[in-house]
Amino acid sequence: MTEKPKLGVYICHCGINIAATVDVEAVTEFAQSLPNVVVARNYSYMCSDPGQLLIKDDIQESGLNRVVVASCSPRMHEPTFRKALQEAGLNPYYLEMANIREQDSWVHQDREEATAKAKELVAAAVAKVRLLEPLTPREVDAEPAALIIGAGIAGIQAALDIGDAGFKVYLVEQSPSVGGRMAQLDKTFPTLDCSACILTPKMVDVANHPNIELLAYSEVEEVSGFVGNFDVKVRKKARYVDVSKCTGCGDCAEACRVAGRFPNEFEEGMGKRGAIYLPFPQAVPAKYTIDPERCLFLTRGRCGKSPKCVDACQPGAIDFEQKDEIVTFKVGAIIVATGFDVFDAAKKPEYGYTEFPNVITGLEMERLVSASGPTGGEILVDNGEEQIVPKEIAFIQCVGSRDQSVGNEYCSRVCCMYTAKQAHLIKDKIPDAKVKVYYIDVRAFGKGFEEFYDRVRREGIRYVRGNPSEIFKRGNKLIVKVEDTLTATPLEDEFDLVVLAVGLEPRADDRKTIDLLRLSQSPDRFLMEAHPKLRPVDTASDGIFLAGCCQGPKDIPDTVAQAKGAAASALIPLARGKVSIDAQVAGVIEDTCRGCGFCVSICPYTAIELVEINRMGHMVEVARVNEALCKGCGSCSAGCLSNSIQPKSFRDRQILPQIAALGGIK
Amino acid sequence: MRGMKMTTENQTFTEKFDLLGCIQCGRCTGGCPVTVRTNLNVRRFVYDAYNEDLLEELSRVADIWDCTACHTCAVRCPKGLKPLEVLIGLRSLVVESGKTEPTVRDALESTFMEGNPWNKPRATRNDWMEGLDVIVAEPEQKVENLFFVCCTIAYDPRVQVTARNIVNLLNKAGVDYAFLGTDETCCGSEIFTLGEDGLFEMLIEDNTEMLNEYQADRIVALSPHCFTTFNTHYPDLNKPVIHYTQLLAELLEQKKLAFKDGLEKKIVYHDPCYLGKQSGVFEEPRSVLKAIEGVELVEFGRNRERSLCCEGGGGKMWVESESKIERLAETRVKDARALEADIIAAACPFCVLTLDDAVKAEGFEEEMRVAEIMEILGELEVMQEKPSSAQEVED
Repeated sequence: MTEKPKLGVYICHCGINIAATVDVEAVTEFAQSLPNVVVARNYSYMCSDPGQLLIKDDIQESGLNRVVVASCSPRMHEPTFRKALQEAGLNPYYLEMANIREQDSWVHQDREEATAKAKELVAAAVAKVRLLEPLTPREVDAEPAALIIGAGIAGIQAALDIGDAGFKVYLVEQSPSVGGRMAQLDKTFPTLDCSACILTPKMVDVANHPNIELLAYSEVEEVSGFVGNFDVKVRKKARYVDVSKCTGCGDCAEACRVAGRFPNEFEEGMGKRGAIYLPFPQAVPAKYTIDPERCLFLTRGRCGKSPKCVDACQPGAIDFEQKDEIVTFKVGAIIVATGFDVFDAAKKPEYGYTEFPNVITGLEMERLVSASGPTGGEILVDNGEEQIVPKEIAFIQCVGSRDQSVGNEYCSRVCCMYTAKQAHLIKDKIPDAKVKVYYIDVRAFGKGFEEFYDRVRREGIRYVRGNPSEIFKRGNKLIVKVEDTLTATPLEDEFDLVVLAVGLEPRADDRKTIDLLRLSQSPDRFLMEAHPKLRPVDTASDGIFLAGCCQGPKDIPDTVAQAKGAAASALIPLARGKVSIDAQVAGVIEDTCRGCGFCVSICPYTAIELVEINRMGHMVEVARVNEALCKGCGSCSAGCLSNSIQPKSFRDRQILPQIAALGGIK
Repeated sequence: MRGMKMTTENQTFTEKFDLLGCIQCGRCTGGCPVTVRTNLNVRRFVYDAYNEDLLEELSRVADIWDCTACHTCAVRCPKGLKPLEVLIGLRSLVVESGKTEPTVRDALESTFMEGNPWNKPRATRNDWMEGLDVIVAEPEQKVENLFFVCCTIAYDPRVQVTARNIVNLLNKAGVDYAFLGTDETCCGSEIFTLGEDGLFEMLIEDNTEMLNEYQADRIVALSPHCFTTFNTHYPDLNKPVIHYTQLLAELLEQKKLAFKDGLEKKIVYHDPCYLGKQSGVFEEPRSVLKAIEGVELVEFGRNRERSLCCEGGGGKMWVESESKIERLAETRVKDARALEADIIAAACPFCVLTLDDAVKAEGFEEEMRVAEIMEILGELEVMQEKPSSAQEVED
């Protein structure tokens, strides 16, 4: 730095957040005594317009060339103050923040000690700010396309929104059909809309949309690049059916030698399918798929004299020679909408789910009441002896939710209401049924939920406050052992059918997505958003967004709202056509770099590669940073054996004086 | 992982039992087996004990002595609380005040003086060994399996057979073992549930020091109560503790043990709460029974995680319930009768004693009997599988 440093130091009260614990006047006075400090001021809210104006005016009037703001975490307001510097004509990277809120006033009580600590933090920031260099953020072009992973209602909605905005969408779904969990539901709470009736038009829309390329029965294999410029590799799994020829007539499925032998995933195992199948009648695309693990021809090499599906298919669509296909493309943004798993009720053996056929899950109940389900909508259960229409039915809430014993502390948010809805549907179909709902708390928090809960109770559904402890059998009845906690009465109630209101869990195969996109998980194991309140659809990685239950349990309205939010966020780089790249990234001193590649293996963002350069006539390898991928985390710097790679604004010569100041060394 | 160390100092009752963590869901009382025959409602105690002014009054409610410490409430609690320990905490207040039943007082005194709750002299602890060729451990002597017998098995003539038969089996199978002999002192399982905190802590300290001196690879407990108590209340124990059925299953699995004779009997296995529900040992006892040729192993409707408590634990050996309603052990033997079982197999001395009484009370002695697993095995000729020649060369 050639010009003499002229520093301004600004101490924020943050209302009483800082001022109640830190003597801001004393800190201001102290700052004035520090070398090169031209002005030091304190103000109630530095981040406010008048607060920022103080800084801007001083820059212009006193010719400040460095600024220290002692306030909150830089994660909160660093962008705010950088902008203020820039607007006053100063390089925005000539700013250093001293965090005297999160790291001081919020965590200490003693005013004297907190004030002393604030002084040290300010002195350290002053020591560093003098040594900062000007940096310039760069802009790169953004690919005007989006990748959406998962085609449940979240993925479908986001795809439609982005497609309608005029951008290309690649919608990847790993199962043979789009639709996800919502397609399995019968009616939706609290309005009792038919789930399929409101979903199927959207399923058809994504298939027909001119801007949406639907890649069903496909999996994302590789993602590299950065916001605006992701390279994506997708594997389209072989269906062994030529989709251009398949008319969806179903002759093959009827003819299949092993038709009706295997549990149908869509029917939660209650219905059966063959080796060639359509998951459900409204499936999109309406194309058949051969299950390679079930098909006789594919597993054993022969199926009678010739495979029956081949004989039955008039358009000749069956193609056992079909191979997986790899598709690659570029996108500017990615939306993860991979959904959820339902809690495995076998993890609560006290309820006998695997033992008694008439203990079923909520999702199984959905299929059982559905007109398109395995019983055609008739509620029939096996009580161990015969198929009966159950007359005494229990619902148990919170199975696998709010339960540390199975590692799920969270509330699944949908079980109270889907139980109320199913209880209503049962009462509708079996008017003389006695239905009891065992609950801990009824959480009817959404729009129209409490009203629906009121309606269901008045229909005669008996709500009993107590969470059952176990289910066993006496004769052909299920005994629910439970305490009615409102009357303190231990009960052994008899039922024909028990429905376990199982909660929602992160998908078992989430790991794959997490590794693919380097995402984080919150303590509940769901995918983590960038900020729980202000950035609920963003992730820590720029350009990657979350929608639906992969981020946490939610109902359909919340899922759709989040999908629309994720779509709007993904559209920002797409519509702008450019993305800016933070300048505070790692830089390599090529003269001293030995090209050992240690930093390449350390970098969590795969931002570093080795390149060959000509060093005084010799071709040597050195590290080079892809600035768009680099997050400035500094891992490379910590690992570098020759101090040749260092994050800008965090170079050794910039932070060592800061650390020394903290240690009281002048 | 063994349990946390007890930290009682400066903790309020509410803090000690995490009463504020309770959401009053009722799974504890809902699952409590004794609610069918007593007035005990453990959830109410968790709720009421929050009011420290009520503690004294609550400790005087007789219901607190109905708990059998089966731990169903703790296993089922969605918030990780142990409701039964609230009852034990209230029992502690009674014990502190010295107003316990004479039977309880005697059991505690005997444990303090003689190291067992059965009013027997320490000197006679080895009497069960009479006529047997038993290896007794020396601290400095290296041994693979160090056996911990249990006070009840050591002194009660009905269940001594468990220890006697296992000695014979170990000798024949050539297992590297040793017994503790008169050094062995009560593990404190029942002392804990009777509410004698101080004595229990002393037993933990003394036993940990004593057991840690032995050069053994592991401890094999004959009683599920000792087994689970060591694993949950002895944080500083320096060796793993297993139950003897786990050792037998291991020997069978490694083909170091086989039974020559068969047994043409229908056997129903009763899961002890301390072995099954509390420690998750469900399969090993079954695999031992299944290894006997001719045995038809049947299951109670309420088995494994849903097994019905026999009411033998929780200090109930020294406190009688006033209820005239059918005992759970009686329900259990009736269920066994309905299954037409010849033998109810158990792997716990308390289960054997309570179920035995129930068979007599129901008058089923002609039709069935209760037997500890070792009792059944004792009637079979044991073979030591010969090691293969390859192994001999290596040795």
